[in-house]
Amino acid sequence: MNRSSASWVPWLLLLPALVLLVAFTHYPAAATLWHSVFSTARAGASSVYVGPENYQALADDPVFWQALRNNLLFALVTVPVAIVLSIVMALWVHRQVPGRALLRLAYFTPAILPMIAVANIWLFFYTPQYGLIAQISQAFGWGDHNWLGQPGTALPALMVVTIWKEAGFFMIFYLAALQQISPTLAEAAALEGASRWQFFRRVQWPLLMPTTVFVVINAVINAFRLVDHVVVMTRGGPDNATQLLLYYIYQVAFSFWDTSYAAALTVVLLTLLAIVAFVKFRLLDSRTHYQ
Amino acid sequence: MTTSANPSSATGTSDAAARAGKASASLPAFSPTGRANLLDVTGAWLLGLLWLLPLLYGVWSAIHPSAYATRFVLDAPLTLENFVHAWQAAPFGRYLINTFVLVTVILVAQIVLATLAAYAFARFTFRGREVAFMIVLVQLMVMPDVLIVENYRTIAWLGLRDTILGIALPYFASAFGIFLLRQAFKTVPRELDDAARVEGANAWQVLWRVYVPLARPVYVAYALVSISHHWNNFLWPLIVTNSVETRPLTVGLQVFAATDQGIDWSLITAATLMTAAPLFIAFLLFQRQFVQSFMRAGIR
Repeated sequence: MNRSSASWVPWLLLLPALVLLVAFTHYPAAATLWHSVFSTARAGASSVYVGPENYQALADDPVFWQALRNNLLFALVTVPVAIVLSIVMALWVHRQVPGRALLRLAYFTPAILPMIAVANIWLFFYTPQYGLIAQISQAFGWGDHNWLGQPGTALPALMVVTIWKEAGFFMIFYLAALQQISPTLAEAAALEGASRWQFFRRVQWPLLMPTTVFVVINAVINAFRLVDHVVVMTRGGPDNATQLLLYYIYQVAFSFWDTSYAAALTVVLLTLLAIVAFVKFRLLDSRTHYQ
Repeated sequence: MTTSANPSSATGTSDAAARAGKASASLPAFSPTGRANLLDVTGAWLLGLLWLLPLLYGVWSAIHPSAYATRFVLDAPLTLENFVHAWQAAPFGRYLINTFVLVTVILVAQIVLATLAAYAFARFTFRGREVAFMIVLVQLMVMPDVLIVENYRTIAWLGLRDTILGIALPYFASAFGIFLLRQAFKTVPRELDDAARVEGANAWQVLWRVYVPLARPVYVAYALVSISHHWNNFLWPLIVTNSVETRPLTVGLQVFAATDQGIDWSLITAATLMTAAPLFIAFLLFQRQFVQSFMRAGIR
């Protein structure tokens, strides 16, 4: 029936969405590339073509390299840890734990709280001398430590917040996947005398694979776009120890007003996201094996 | 399904003993959905408490005088003054309205645009459909949050700087919403569609009377995900807004915590709770729907 409709009908239906998608996703992505080879217009100097100059500046910019390193490290640590924790959580609340409903709520709560709000509370936890962690460690006689003020611990401190924020969210997906695994598999495994670990390793884990792919992709994308807690807790410091790509873009563009340089930085971030997208489609192809 | 042999036996050893005493001694007391042992329970609850700790501290500090913000004694006097002070110290009422308007505007626009687009993708075959769908899918990877510089330029060019519409506009077309609704529309049986058309309904009427009502659970799921996302969104509103009249709660909280308050933790946590409270209360009331929404949104 629909096939007989005029061919402009579907396009008309798509038009508003496509216009906005192009205006706020595709056009800005292309414009970013374009602007990255021009200089930033300043008072008295208009924007001129500079070729790869912004990228050369990028290559010589230690802050950029640090932001890139930090961001990769950030993804490399927070993604696996959050995922392992979320699986453990899901396995726990899949069983008949006393207070299971409350426990699920506890794990999921961070996902629903605004990062900007909870970051303020974490800021207090990390505060030296009278912050919660400082109080506890002083009570045990471990002394005081300025977690966010020391370059060595500032990034790990932010990672902890991210893991706390994301693990419970991912748990929901694992819990849903666990509940879809047929109980007959557990019975069969029990008859075979499998241990819990064997059952997890040989049955649950492979069946959770599609969920893991989905969660990993989302977690990696999040690792490159979550910066709310950086704004609240460290502003990239101390000494750029917590500088992340998106936050650096924000700083360069809206504090230093160097939009061309920010464009070059954005191109790097887009490239990373494109790699994630490519991997995603490759993985989604192989995913059919599990279904 | 096998369950643990003895409900009162919590430790692994007594579990094993109980198991050995059972007639079917060859069956291990093992079940992935069965009763947890003591180790599981302790671990699960320790982690649970750890996960709740920031919220618990926030509540503690907000309902006690500043002097007790960092001193945890049981006889600390209770007070609501921190909320009153925070509410008076910054225009949180205004921020709340702004957030409310922002979230509503985004949701309505997203639902209308996504419905139209999803219908086109699900029920029409036309030249260029694959290309159009690719154009949509790209946004799943590159969200407007990442393209802050160019989007700010566009918003400024449109004269929408420091307006709620300026915060909202980049999110109107949601690839995620289109994708979700397309999947839902595809599951609607063709026969229903055909029957409606035989009755003389046109494309609009079929969409409105058949597809939209049948996809209601997906709309609810999408709405909850969208609302919670934009209630909590921060970086883009921070960039676009610079006045009280347009700031949402998240940006308002940051301005409040960063400039006005120094280190009065009681005030900051009171403001923090006020920012999170409306969505959090909604979450407590509709917990099941929220969780299912995120699940449904993720699985598809």
